[in-house]
Amino acid sequence: MAEEVLNKEYFINVVNDLIDLAEEKKDYYTDLDSAIGDGDHGFNLSLGFREVERNLPEWKDENINTFYKKVGQALLDKVGGSSGPLYGSFFMKFGLPVKTKGADEGVTAEEFVDMMERGVAIIEKRGKAKVGEKTMVDTLRPAQDKLKEAVESGKPIKEAMKEALDTGKEGLESTRNIVAKKGRAMRLGERAIGHLDPGAASSADILEVFYDNMPD
Amino acid sequence: MIKRLYNNPYDIVEEMIEGYVNAHKDYVHKSEMEEAQGRVVVANDAGKKDKVGVIIGGGSGHEPMFTGYVGKGFADASVIGNINTSPSPEPAYAAVKEVDTGKGCVYIYGNYAGDVMNFDMGAEKADEEDDIQVETVLVTDDVVSSENIEDRRGIAGDFFVMKAAGAKADQGGSLEEVVAAANKANDNTRTMGVAMGSATLPTKGDVIFDLPDGDMEIGMGIHGEPGVRRGKIEEADKVVDEIMEPILADLPFEKGDEVYVMVNSLGATPLIDLHVCYKRVKEILDEKGIDVHKALVGPYVCSMDMPGMSITLVKLDDELKELLDYPCDTPYYTQV
Repeated sequence: MAEEVLNKEYFINVVNDLIDLAEEKKDYYTDLDSAIGDGDHGFNLSLGFREVERNLPEWKDENINTFYKKVGQALLDKVGGSSGPLYGSFFMKFGLPVKTKGADEGVTAEEFVDMMERGVAIIEKRGKAKVGEKTMVDTLRPAQDKLKEAVESGKPIKEAMKEALDTGKEGLESTRNIVAKKGRAMRLGERAIGHLDPGAASSADILEVFYDNMPD
Repeated sequence: MIKRLYNNPYDIVEEMIEGYVNAHKDYVHKSEMEEAQGRVVVANDAGKKDKVGVIIGGGSGHEPMFTGYVGKGFADASVIGNINTSPSPEPAYAAVKEVDTGKGCVYIYGNYAGDVMNFDMGAEKADEEDDIQVETVLVTDDVVSSENIEDRRGIAGDFFVMKAAGAKADQGGSLEEVVAAANKANDNTRTMGVAMGSATLPTKGDVIFDLPDGDMEIGMGIHGEPGVRRGKIEEADKVVDEIMEPILADLPFEKGDEVYVMVNSLGATPLIDLHVCYKRVKEILDEKGIDVHKALVGPYVCSMDMPGMSITLVKLDDELKELLDYPCDTPYYTQV
């Protein structure tokens, strides 16, 4: 049986840090979004995570799957826009591969890869987006593929996640030079060039939170 | 500097809805369904008449769109999101439960990725859990937002597409007929706008984007999405000329056509200016031999305190004329 590398506490800490992230970066996301979209990304995320924060004490004794489902449902209900269904669905599906775990159980590196895959795959499906369309997927898909590759080659989880994060950040940077094919920025054509995609930016920050909380 | 009146910016939508349903209680009420999450406003006669349910919605900040047009002969319910943000799936689902009479429902909203995802999830739930058929009509009237019509966003033209659907439904049309009427209205509606500044966002306590004082942006979207050309603010006639040309060429509108016209304020442009603009619109249409059946001049689809306006033309045939002239009674649009 593979070793548990990420305990239950890790998954709670991640959500706690995401709550802080949404608050701290609210204006930054809003500014990114104002340049090419409608300026709602930062505010909406913070609204969703404020709801998560209010309910966290009640949810944290659930197992990982139920806990993340509740986080996802709160984002779905409170965020709206595109990021509501996208991040909401990410977290609602994230725990599914480990739904049979007990309330205090953590996950193995392989299970973590499966969880990330479920989350990223639902964002691709809901957003009908592929790499190269100036969306969250430009950060998340390459990061996930790198994570899987690194874990399969036997790298420790934190090292694998670091490679995934760096790959995701390269993906984020690539959105600067893409003409958007999805979302509101799509209608800008060439004028969106030079701007980072706000969804790709928040996705990279979320990956960073997953990385930062991993034990050395 | 933000010159707005609100309390906690995070409560602005809830407080607006509270005020709205109290002010207009003769027309509407707030859905008490748990799934509605306080974000669904329903016409008082919804569900009383055997008809297709017409559900409209989108982000807040466009008042009187969307909730202002919930009432008799127009929309049966509106689903309300945060400012400039699509509502979430559960309220969209709740609206269906509130208004369906067994003939199915139609969602009508502007074509934005977020709205499509959320409303689609609402429709999926209505289908899976309650076997209620929900169709969707996306409004795509903004001519400069894309070359491809299906990629265009919906702006002031929302009004006409929703009005046509509401009338068709009130006449007893089937779901298929209501959808067809809405699509026909959308196919014949074209809009373009100009912004002379940004709306302010209460949660940000500031403008959404920077437009230097004295500049305007032609073709800007109602959420401040960048348009086609930025330059110094010019005289009304010149601005109207620059907006009318792409509108007329797009459908195209031609000699002998009959149209509905809307000159719409984005929020901060006063009626005096709108009528100056309409004077020029009418001159252009006269020159082209296009007959104005009716003109609507005022704030119909706004962007909070944004200075700017949009012009919408709808090419009419007998059916569209009948639907747009059909009686309705809502807090912000009444036709006898």
